[in-house]
Amino acid sequence: MADNNQELKEVDLQLPATAEAIAELKPGNIVFLSGVVYTAREGVYDRVLSGGEPLPDGLLQTSNVNFHCSPAASPQPDGTFSVGGVTATASFRFSKYMAEWLDLTQTKIVIGKGGMSKEDYETVFAPRGAIYLTTVGYGTGALLGRGVKSVRDVHWLDDLGIAQAMWMFEVEKFGPFIVDSDLDGNSLFAAQGELVNQNIESLYDGLKKPTLHRYGETDDRTDELM
Amino acid sequence: MINAESIETAGYEIMRKAAIDIPEDYLNGIKASQKQEQNTLSGYVIKTMIDNYDAATEDRRPMCADTGLPRYYVKIGDNAPLKGGFTGIERALRSATARATTDVPLRPNRVHPLWRTEHNNNVGINAPEIEWSFEPDVDWIDVTTVHKGGLFGTDYRMLFPGDGIDGIKRFFLDTMIAFGKRGLCCQPAIVGIGVGGSKDTCMQLGKQAACLRSVGEPNPDAKIAELESELMEMGNSIGMGPMGFVGSSMVVDCHIEVGYTHTGGMPVSVHTFCLSSRRATARLHADGSIEYRTDPQWFTPYMRRETVEWPTTIKS
Repeated sequence: MADNNQELKEVDLQLPATAEAIAELKPGNIVFLSGVVYTAREGVYDRVLSGGEPLPDGLLQTSNVNFHCSPAASPQPDGTFSVGGVTATASFRFSKYMAEWLDLTQTKIVIGKGGMSKEDYETVFAPRGAIYLTTVGYGTGALLGRGVKSVRDVHWLDDLGIAQAMWMFEVEKFGPFIVDSDLDGNSLFAAQGELVNQNIESLYDGLKKPTLHRYGETDDRTDELM
Repeated sequence: MINAESIETAGYEIMRKAAIDIPEDYLNGIKASQKQEQNTLSGYVIKTMIDNYDAATEDRRPMCADTGLPRYYVKIGDNAPLKGGFTGIERALRSATARATTDVPLRPNRVHPLWRTEHNNNVGINAPEIEWSFEPDVDWIDVTTVHKGGLFGTDYRMLFPGDGIDGIKRFFLDTMIAFGKRGLCCQPAIVGIGVGGSKDTCMQLGKQAACLRSVGEPNPDAKIAELESELMEMGNSIGMGPMGFVGSSMVVDCHIEVGYTHTGGMPVSVHTFCLSSRRATARLHADGSIEYRTDPQWFTPYMRRETVEWPTTIKS
């Protein structure tokens, strides 16, 4: 786990990532990627996992990195694409797809915003030799856009639109990302969250109780909120 | 004369500027947070974000791929010589949005809420939103765009007079903690708080407070300004930094706007304008020239109705 007062370790990773390289990554490490990453989110997951559509040819051989991302891309008159900014979307929403998706695609690195639950890492990711990298600050669109050297291919663009299509990006020194989970199922977000939580109760000291509560504070719908 | 073509040009240009160039006031605010931040991970995130602003400006590419829900705020001077009418402005801004979406490029985020269909240009039913305001004794038109992501960091609650300032603090903390975890609201943020009005104006005031005031610009009411400082300090003492890591940088600035409300209630809304706080303004002058800036100057004394006579009973 990253010690808050230590320098952060930086790692350059060649893709497809090997099992050995992945095993060395620890929560809090900074990672840059070179190779091919693909984007996929609910649109693609639904197509393939519920709709039964086949994976694009060659995906398994080309990339084992799934980026939860919708690029700011636009088609050019010559048929190529201009990719401006690239940033991640919140990953926790895709939790339900992950086990089946990792099995089918042999994906070993998932990149996104904000991580998944520690339980997902322990029961879905780590047993499949997969880890999670988070984007930094969540708005580093220009830095990540710089790392995208070209669009190798795009699938389901007409059906799913720019935001949901599967983009295959050739990337170089693509990053930075922070390692959230490792192969032991540790999570940087969970560990940091626990530290933050220690202080939370005291923040409310001395503030009077609210006049009206609301559902969410209680899940019992027979409760009155006054 | 201010015609539809110059409004289209200005709208297009501010879309590009907003997406690419971080406003100076926010950059200064984030650098102040960076100085305070003691934690290595949180400090690393802030440093990386500052590198990202530089990369965006150097490459002329959007700082964040989630270019939000682009929308506009238009302020029209009473004496502005407008040609083409108000629907002409709306038409020009729809066109500017579509053109900028392809050229910048912006992400075509706008979809039908139920059918998820889109036109790949950020234009659709009630989109882009345009909010209108007016200014006495001037002959210009200000057009401001704001690009703000929309999923996390905003909440509304009906509080009551008995909840008082404590109630606002409690709600503020709840929102910061709920959306600060894992950095869902992309803090450090400019936090805007709307107090009063009816439910919809409360949301509107809070959003405008977050997006249309510069960092370092306090509310003119000294007591409200004091509450702004207090809440900012409170947010930064949660113990949370960017991405929800241990740290002290949650709030770059806190802005409160108020509106007269129902005697029995005190509605409050909280909004966070993220690490990519994107806004740009164009002023269209009566002679047809256009000037660009990053400070929307939305909350004029007239806007807060400070210059309006309060007693309006007509004497017979």
